[in-house]
Amino acid sequence: MLTIAPRLRAKIVAHARADHPDEACGVIAGPAGSDRPERFIPMLNAERSPTFYRFDSMEQFRVWREMDERGEEPVVIYHSHTATEAYPSRTDVSYASEPGAHYVVVSTRDPDEAEFRSFRIVDGTTTEEEVRIAAEAAGPGPE
Amino acid sequence: MAIEVRIPTILRTYTGGAKSVEGSGATLGDLLGDLDSRHSGLRERLVDGSGLRRFVNVYLNDEDVRFLGGLETPVKDGDTVTVLPAVAGGRR
Repeated sequence: MLTIAPRLRAKIVAHARADHPDEACGVIAGPAGSDRPERFIPMLNAERSPTFYRFDSMEQFRVWREMDERGEEPVVIYHSHTATEAYPSRTDVSYASEPGAHYVVVSTRDPDEAEFRSFRIVDGTTTEEEVRIAAEAAGPGPE
Repeated sequence: MAIEVRIPTILRTYTGGAKSVEGSGATLGDLLGDLDSRHSGLRERLVDGSGLRRFVNVYLNDEDVRFLGGLETPVKDGDTVTVLPAVAGGRR
């Protein structure tokens, strides 16, 4: 199950809408081992394509090093599909390389209603999971 | 001679769980061959018939080796090589 704050879900959807019809992509980092998504990190889609996404290699290097320095890991890796359903494609699955991450796929195929779903992808197997939209139980205070 | 090689989560099955291993070599290609002698199968996850695999990012210190020399990139004692699988996907 993915538990994610409303503000973070909204940021993912807003990013997907802003980049439509190109696929949007990014990460939400959280403390290593916590399974708590906390820090929203939209990434450039180096492919700038409506059918493919890829993190820019140097941006990924900087973001991964920064997470490492902060004791974080990628809790959510998200991207959008702009004309198809919010379900991992064959290429999404073949390139999934963070077995601990929640893979969120958003679809912006409908102009009014974004689809937002989350999956675990481990050893080539995709399992959909429940998404629980809930504010963090403990944190620095109201946003 | 020691070059640190940082290993991403999904490749740690080849290193007994280690996040970082050491190796030696004059070039990145030599280094990967050296690592493979102790961590069998690791090299094949990074290299195919045409060189470094397309969806694996390899960095020498702070630079992507695609812009240096690929497998021919010279490496030296004290360098750090980082491996990060590309994060990518698409409609199909």
